Amino acid sequence: MTAVDSRAQGGFVGRPMKRKEDPRLITGRATYVDDIQPVGTLWMAFVRSPEAHARVTSIDTSAALAREDVVAVFTGDDLEGIAAPLPCAWVPPGVEVNAPEHWPLAKGHVAHVGDPVALVIGVDRYSVVDAAEDVVVEYEPLPVVVDPEEALKDEVLVHPGLGSNKVHEWSLGGGDLDAGFAAADVVIERRIVNHRVAGGAIEPRAVLAEERAGHITIWSSTQVPHFLRLFLSILLGLSEERIRVIAPEVGGGFGSKLQIYGEEILCAWAAQRVGRPVKWVETRSEAMMVTHHGRDQIATVRVGAKRDGTVTAFHAKILADFGAYLMLLTPAVPALGAFVMSGCYRFPAVQTDIVGVLTNKFSTDAIRGAGRPEATHMIEVAMDQLAHELGLDPLDVRRRNFIAADDFPHETALGIVYDSGNYQASLAKLLEHLDVAAFRAEQERLRGEGIHRGLGFSTYTEICGLAPSRVVGPGGFGLQTGLWESALVRVHLTGAVTVYTGTSPHGQGHETGFAQIVADRLGCDPEQVEVVHGDTAAGPQGLGTYGSRSLAVGGEAVAKATAKVVEKGKALVAHKLEASPDDIEVRDGRWIVRGSPEQGMTLAEVAGSAYIPEDIPEGMEPGLEETAFYDPNNFVFPFGAHAAIVDVDAETGKVKVVRYLAVDDCGPAINPLLIDGQVHGGIVHSIGQALYEQVIYDEIGQLVTGTFVDYALPTAAEIPSIETDRTETPSPVNSLGVKGIGEAGTIAASAAVANAVIDALRPLGVDYMDMPFTPMRVWNAIQEGQQ
Amino acid sequence: MIPAEFDYVAPDSLDAALRALAHGGEDAKALAGGHSLLPLMKMRLAVPTLLVDLRHVPGLRGAQRENGSWRIGALTRHADLQGRAELGIVGEATSLIADQQVRNRGTIGGSLAHGDPASDLPTILVAMEGTVSVRNSAASREIAAGDLFQDYMTTAIAADELITEVRVPALEDWGHAYEKFTRRAEDWAMVGVCALVRKGADGSCEDVRVAFTNMASTPIRATAVEHALRGQPLSSDAITGAAEQAAEGTDPPGDLNATPEYKRHLARVLTRRALSRAAGV
Repeated sequence: MTAVDSRAQGGFVGRPMKRKEDPRLITGRATYVDDIQPVGTLWMAFVRSPEAHARVTSIDTSAALAREDVVAVFTGDDLEGIAAPLPCAWVPPGVEVNAPEHWPLAKGHVAHVGDPVALVIGVDRYSVVDAAEDVVVEYEPLPVVVDPEEALKDEVLVHPGLGSNKVHEWSLGGGDLDAGFAAADVVIERRIVNHRVAGGAIEPRAVLAEERAGHITIWSSTQVPHFLRLFLSILLGLSEERIRVIAPEVGGGFGSKLQIYGEEILCAWAAQRVGRPVKWVETRSEAMMVTHHGRDQIATVRVGAKRDGTVTAFHAKILADFGAYLMLLTPAVPALGAFVMSGCYRFPAVQTDIVGVLTNKFSTDAIRGAGRPEATHMIEVAMDQLAHELGLDPLDVRRRNFIAADDFPHETALGIVYDSGNYQASLAKLLEHLDVAAFRAEQERLRGEGIHRGLGFSTYTEICGLAPSRVVGPGGFGLQTGLWESALVRVHLTGAVTVYTGTSPHGQGHETGFAQIVADRLGCDPEQVEVVHGDTAAGPQGLGTYGSRSLAVGGEAVAKATAKVVEKGKALVAHKLEASPDDIEVRDGRWIVRGSPEQGMTLAEVAGSAYIPEDIPEGMEPGLEETAFYDPNNFVFPFGAHAAIVDVDAETGKVKVVRYLAVDDCGPAINPLLIDGQVHGGIVHSIGQALYEQVIYDEIGQLVTGTFVDYALPTAAEIPSIETDRTETPSPVNSLGVKGIGEAGTIAASAAVANAVIDALRPLGVDYMDMPFTPMRVWNAIQEGQQ
Repeated sequence: MIPAEFDYVAPDSLDAALRALAHGGEDAKALAGGHSLLPLMKMRLAVPTLLVDLRHVPGLRGAQRENGSWRIGALTRHADLQGRAELGIVGEATSLIADQQVRNRGTIGGSLAHGDPASDLPTILVAMEGTVSVRNSAASREIAAGDLFQDYMTTAIAADELITEVRVPALEDWGHAYEKFTRRAEDWAMVGVCALVRKGADGSCEDVRVAFTNMASTPIRATAVEHALRGQPLSSDAITGAAEQAAEGTDPPGDLNATPEYKRHLARVLTRRALSRAAGV
């Protein structure tokens, strides 16, 4: 296995190395968009609709324009030059999609609170906000619909011109569902609501654009600089090579910056119009209102099973609330979950039917996990509900349905091929850390003291490493792009190494993990390896960071480019040392002849020979750098087993997570610290959704949770010390054997918490309830359960 | 999140600060820790034209014991008070305010002058029957806790007055507890209950005070509870019985996280818990 070989070479892969990026981040020396201030920069602010649905009858910009500190004011009428509406990149073949046009400034009609109707450009950040208040907009309010089930009735239309709020229907199924339910001894059905959440990145969005001599540079806090360049090219009608997009330090994204936002397009457009650099930095209030939300699905889940717990059929019908417009991936998100609706189980028949609907709320799109947390929540909550219905141990029911460890690669009834897995092993490892029998005894004892403790599990697999192009692309799933990744590895004359990756990290730790991979292969220290990302002018075209793809796709591209460098280097060393290239190996920081370790060269010597090519093999080009593009032949499927223990204060309804255990398998670890960081963050994200966070609109479409006071992101004080462990089952898909881990914690955890809360509440008469488990909701459920 | 324009002064004496406030009129605001005022300004819910920053005003920070009372300077920060056992309930409650960053900046005078019924210190002051000293450029006066809080974020302090000192009885032989119910540790109280209990030699309740956070437009005393428990044995039955009266006379505002009914329920539960802890039962 490659990973084992590489450890033998340099031993950096697999080590829990501290992150190279952290010193600059934690000492405040990192450069974010807001830290960049070209001479003459102007500021942009938006006038946003206070109405959830209205016709814009007039906009009076005269008072704003009369201010000395204002340079320009633009409205939807001024948008000539913007060639197309904002993009939705999912066009599923053969599916009719009823999509409204989404312009970066409203053209006479607003459909959610925060819909921008005008933009103001002025000399500083304060004056533009003041001037925006001076823009007088008259609205004629229209009826509002915020509830997706109401919206589906089409009594109130979000976009009257569309004729219907229903966006599309989309299904994915496999196996004989009817036969499966017919064969079942028991069928359970649950309505499972997965509520709306926000990304909550600590750095709000920020954009800066500057045009010089027909070339435009855009700095944006984005996960997808290359996509942004592409869409700027399309929407502004500019040739792609004249556009440079830079994502400098990006302070978190969680999917919320996997987007092409109107503000990004408008900033570039406005910089062209006013001939000066233009900057916009989102306020937190704007972030809550107009940075895309996630989840917001109502599912009806039916499960058929034999008395022994063997599942015979699994059917999820999902109503997905898309908000007012389809953004980059809005309708694709619930569909992503459908690909793993079989979970880690041998379900003979599985089907997901999705209906998308528009409402007068902001758009939903990809938020960490994007469809898979919702799917896993349905599956894992349903498995617990099924076990309870049958009077069986929830873990026994899971084990009975697990795909066998020797049955990989495994093709599910959906036709998806799981690359590798060992679900029994991860659950067994979890139970090494958790004595269930002892827990049950303690649970009983505590109940006598009035403490309602619960234990819940979630055994999950998910689909990530987004690629491969032939599956997800235009002719397959319908994304209008390829999904490969690129890397360029450049060894400098001195032996220093620069790695260019097309991925675009925003907190993950690529600079460390990728450097470890390269260092082992080139025989140098990771400190000598600089990983450059997020700049379309540096390195080859790339596709960005999302869908837990950076290591499994981008890291593999780095490994492939490095392998090409190694191959050339070996030929060079063989030439110098008069040996066969096949006998050259990299060991302990030297390129040596196998069997004669006294003969060897350092990387700097190899590079020196390549760049001062007085003596290189006949026909070899000088220099030492290589590019690789990598399009995998399959997704990767990380998996694991999580357990949550919660205490419910039955008198108040307050839930506290007292213990959380996670065993995850993302293949051989490149850096266990990075994995732990991702797992911790992912779990906190999901505990947040389960217990604290919810985006709430009132019945007239006003956003109630507009600040971090109301949108209750958990803090360290709410989260127990998370216990992690791993199993390592290599993926056959890539040479590193790795799978993504950025979303796994989020995908797994909400179901574990939900099952734990319900386990705690059962003696109080509550057999099922939906997230979020806020004190009042839990207390209300207990009151109803007691009746 | 971008405040409107305002003028700013940072005088270096109390007199100068009072003059600046008087000069600034109704739209001038004093700035102490800023952790209530600045967020309101950033959301443009407060639009003062002048901020009088008290950071350079000397002599208003620290807690001194004097004749059975504590005199606490108005600019004393929560962090200066939190966790100090000798301060009794003040030490307990200040340790529960928001998070440490807020406690490092927020001041006792600022919190009381802000008069937010969801804040902790107004409740504590009401329960302790403390007083505040306020001053304008001409005169000073004392305001009793019961007279200080008039309505939602409305106090008896005039626009040209500053709190200079907070005075609370030491209540050394009283048991105390502050039960603060929040979703997250850093949140404002959904409901908070302050209980102070003086146990008699025979174990009965010689005196008791109970006050609520966020159960009305001002901090309020739970007189029905106090009346029910005063003179009774401090048994768990008696405490439970008294706590049942907790919702009487309350008018809690409903919000995103709690209906009035749920808040009344919480008040009963938390009153029982606070009384039990204060009484050591």
